[in-house]
Amino acid sequence: MNASAPSLPSRRQFLTRAGVLVVGFSLAAPVGDLLAASETLVDLGQPSAGELDSWLAITRDNRARVYSGKVELGTGVKTALSQIVADELNLPMANVEIIQGDTERTPNQGYTAGSKTIQFGGAQLRKAAATAHQALIEIAAKQFSVSPAQLVSDRGVIRVKGRRSKQATFGELIGGRHFSRKVDAHAALKNPDDYQIVGKPLPRVEMPQIAVGKFTYVQDVRVPGMLHGRVVRPPDTGAVKIDATVESIDESSVNGIPGFVRVVREGSFVGVVAETEWAAIEASRKLTVRWNSKPSLPDQDELYEALAKSPSDEKVVTNEGNFATALPQAAKSLAAEYRWPFQIHTSIGPSCAVADVRDGRATLWTASQGVYQLRGALADLLGLRPERVHVIFVEGSGCYGHNGADDVAGDAALLSQAVRSPVRVQWTRADEHGWNPKGPAMLMRVKGGLDEKGKVVAWEYQVWTATHVTRPGAIGQARNLLASQLASRMTPTGPMLGGDRNAATPYSFPNKRCVTHWIHTDDAILRPSALRGLGSFANIFANESFVDELAAAAGQDPVQFRLAYLSDPRAINVINAAAKQARWKRRSWSAPKLTADGVHTGRGISYLRYENQNTYVATVAEVEVEPKTGTVRVKRVVVAHDCGLVINPNGLKNQIEGAVLQGISRTLKEELKFNSMGITSLDWMSYPIITFPEVPEVEIVLLNHPHEPAVGAGEPAIAGVSAALSNAVFNATGARIRTGPLTQERVKSALAAKVASVRRTT
Amino acid sequence: MVRLELNVNGRKRAVTAEPRSMLLYVLRNDLALHGPRFGCGLGQCGACTVLMDGAAARSCVIPVSAGVGRSIVTLEGLGTLEHPHAIQKGFIDEQAAQCGYCTNGMIMTAKAFLDENPHPTDEEIRQALAKNLCGCGTHLRILRAVKRAAKEMA
Ligand code: FES
Ligand code: FES
Repeated sequence: MNASAPSLPSRRQFLTRAGVLVVGFSLAAPVGDLLAASETLVDLGQPSAGELDSWLAITRDNRARVYSGKVELGTGVKTALSQIVADELNLPMANVEIIQGDTERTPNQGYTAGSKTIQFGGAQLRKAAATAHQALIEIAAKQFSVSPAQLVSDRGVIRVKGRRSKQATFGELIGGRHFSRKVDAHAALKNPDDYQIVGKPLPRVEMPQIAVGKFTYVQDVRVPGMLHGRVVRPPDTGAVKIDATVESIDESSVNGIPGFVRVVREGSFVGVVAETEWAAIEASRKLTVRWNSKPSLPDQDELYEALAKSPSDEKVVTNEGNFATALPQAAKSLAAEYRWPFQIHTSIGPSCAVADVRDGRATLWTASQGVYQLRGALADLLGLRPERVHVIFVEGSGCYGHNGADDVAGDAALLSQAVRSPVRVQWTRADEHGWNPKGPAMLMRVKGGLDEKGKVVAWEYQVWTATHVTRPGAIGQARNLLASQLASRMTPTGPMLGGDRNAATPYSFPNKRCVTHWIHTDDAILRPSALRGLGSFANIFANESFVDELAAAAGQDPVQFRLAYLSDPRAINVINAAAKQARWKRRSWSAPKLTADGVHTGRGISYLRYENQNTYVATVAEVEVEPKTGTVRVKRVVVAHDCGLVINPNGLKNQIEGAVLQGISRTLKEELKFNSMGITSLDWMSYPIITFPEVPEVEIVLLNHPHEPAVGAGEPAIAGVSAALSNAVFNATGARIRTGPLTQERVKSALAAKVASVRRTT
Repeated sequence: MVRLELNVNGRKRAVTAEPRSMLLYVLRNDLALHGPRFGCGLGQCGACTVLMDGAAARSCVIPVSAGVGRSIVTLEGLGTLEHPHAIQKGFIDEQAAQCGYCTNGMIMTAKAFLDENPHPTDEEIRQALAKNLCGCGTHLRILRAVKRAAKEMA
């Protein structure tokens, strides 16, 4: 920094001057050369969402630096957000740089979760960019003594129309100053018809680095003087209530490990710290800890009974007409129970964090989805004021919701505080499988009635679920970090959220009811939280399977049956687009002749509108089923997808493909195993996921609506997969499998029973 | 701790390590090679794959002492940002990553495979990568990337 630097308070000064943070943004004085071509633009401290300078700066060399509270989780949002900003500013993509998730640099945009990054985060950035563009035009108008209407901007240059000599780059116009103005909620936005960058299938900005091994993940962060830590876990792996206590620790068991530093213990939190990673691994393996523990979980076989019996709070989601009187009057009535097990985040890289907790301050490098929320939890854990905790996001392995990223930061923070040195904690595979929060198991009971013509006259949907959100910062602070749960014997907490996602039917059935039974978090069995799609995954499985059951009972084509109860043109379009792409043939239902031999083929469809108000998805799956082995081979999946304005069609397709493959994996393979002590699926052998030979063709139809708001795309497509597959299995075999996942074993026994019953009736 | 000499990416590198410690940690922590990644430490996912004398090897389960006297190549040794290897280029051109955490294993496994079988069928590529896991569901793009690279290299 040069001589003018002292006029601008440092970030630290801002932070310590509590209550005057906003002052930083009203600094009217030009900071001049501070923002010189060196590009060392000084960040303005604790960002305030209303201030344009918190979002965006233009450097002298005509680059836009964007401060994004939303972070890259492997979904391509960094690229998409750059496109939005570049287009709105009329600046080349290459001139946009994104600073992500940093509690001293970026605004608090909440979690990067729930498919809300483009929908909300993108909209915020777009407004900021539009405000900045307007400001630049005003500056240019003054400089050239013309009216704004006489100016045009293109690729980072503003010029006077028809006067080639009168032009300046954005960087020259702003001249290294801050904008010092508020984000204008009414700033004129570019007409989507004029987009040049938004809507283009531009490559991911990180891809070259990833391919050559030069991309930095949180697992790669190294800081001077850093030690390595590991946590030694109690036997009640993954339980929502951790009962185990330490009886004794035999520290002599780790004697002689070269580079070993010490054992750290707080309550049931036991960790080891060493100079090298290998020594930490060896110490964690060798340390002899005697635990007091007793089995306290239900047996896996009793899972669904346990869910139905758990203490819960009932909440009526919808109640239209009168289900109770309508059902008995129906000509035909059906009832079914669907079950979905606990599932994990299949992040290939276990969570990792580096913490430096010394002298009353903490710095954390983490792949957390919410740096501000994690900051609150860590401050609580460490007994520091939040402004003394600096949380910096660094990309991690793909996270499909609330995996171990926050927890490992808590582990590293506790260990670092104990040894007064920076500590890196790399979770093991067993840590991630066993201890990250799980997508909760769910139980769904559905009833429906048809009249003589096969029209639906009654519908009831009930779901038993724990909350899907126990993130730090949601309600609990430190208690939602695993380290606190171990150290202080606390249980996680959260608002009742996510379990009712897509529980209510989107169809215009009369006499319909939807009820959620919220299982108390302490009774959730395994620690619950957000996994891609949250409750929509199991809810769409049950809803869309049962609609299929009703269509079959009515002897109607599943596509036509659904269309009969929809009036929203975008819903109808998405179903028709999927059916057309899949060359769907209208059918009236008749049970296939199932034999024990051979291969049976079938197709199934599902429809959803995510959260009943966002993205529209229709999915058609084609399967081959082999009764002898129980194998379900997915041959082809077609997805029609309407998320409004498409920012980057290639990035969007990448997300949808990923959602489909992960959806297949969860539908056919993934089931977390546990016994009365804790989770037993602790590696990829005991929790297998989809592999290359099992991957089908995926065809995607994008329905782009440039004048509609861009809504989320990370989650919606996964929710449609399970029902499309189970409906296809039904179409192929006549067997309705209502418990997920549709493993070989489960399919095999269901089909054997079906073959036996077919034999009996013929 | 003992002093060992390794041959990594064509250079001799001296390291001090526990002979029983796994090669992956030495590559990542002592030699600052972050191409190979820690995924499971159990030989189950492939994230840590390197080439040893041209064959794909899971460095999380290979003691560093077993690497002595062998030629070890990591993702960094295949190509650079300026001059990516044809397989790396295939991945870039096909945008074959979401989080990219599995990418190292995919590229290194594909390298050993294509060296053995330069004209593979689609099915052979699937089988070659059958034991490499991707949690993001990027499989289709990875298959296209390897196929593209095979064509490029043939
Ligand atoms: S990290 Fe080596 S195979 Fe998974
Ligand atoms: S791209 Fe994330 S694990 Fe493969």
